[in-house]
Amino acid sequence: MPVATCPVTIRIQQDDFDIAREIAVLTGNRTDIGAVVSFSGICRGDEDSAKIAALSLEHYPGMAEEEIRRHADEATSRWPLNGVTVIHRVGRFMPGQNIVLVLTASQHRQAAFQAAEFLMDYLKTNAPFWKKEESATGTGWVEAQARDDEAAARWTRS
Amino acid sequence: MKVKYFAWVRERVGKAEETIEPPATVRTVEELIAWLSGQSEAYAYAFEKPKVIRAAIDHAHVKSDAAIAGAREIAFFPPMTGG
Repeated sequence: MPVATCPVTIRIQQDDFDIAREIAVLTGNRTDIGAVVSFSGICRGDEDSAKIAALSLEHYPGMAEEEIRRHADEATSRWPLNGVTVIHRVGRFMPGQNIVLVLTASQHRQAAFQAAEFLMDYLKTNAPFWKKEESATGTGWVEAQARDDEAAARWTRS
Repeated sequence: MKVKYFAWVRERVGKAEETIEPPATVRTVEELIAWLSGQSEAYAYAFEKPKVIRAAIDHAHVKSDAAIAGAREIAFFPPMTGG
């Protein structure tokens, strides 16, 4: 059996992304892909019942791309993937706007589902991005959540 | 070596990056945080809870006991909240 090629695309950008277009780019003319899982993270309009007016995202250029690449490489070594796309936006966002996109392609759905979840769990806790919330009461940096650390920890291999 | 700060660490320090020359006795990330904290009130405020601060050397996450010798770029930042 030939080894499946697994192109990995990682982009950090201010512009929005088009999910359908990104899936078309990922699958192309290939006929070996049987499953594509798509996760999009969207700016919420409230946090713990407090209204959010906008969200600003800052990142560490250079390290952010490298860190996502390390996780994508780990995902491709753990699951039989045929393609990975991660797009993370930076800048200022209003509720309802896209923030992050993760696409994973595989022959079968299980690998694609698991790899997408793995990538998002690690992205939240290990990729150098920081969110600042603007609300009626002022602005403040979003605090890291223990539940995100727990979500990432379940993928740790002993 | 070049040092970069992000999110509220950057806001508290008051700058995004700088070049520093710590004395040779400063060997680890932890010792660098302690040394910086002694430089001014702004650094002391940024690093008031050193256990919360995350660090990276040359774009890779490191623990507080990591050696800084040979580092080109060290970054300090709060726990990440992307995604």
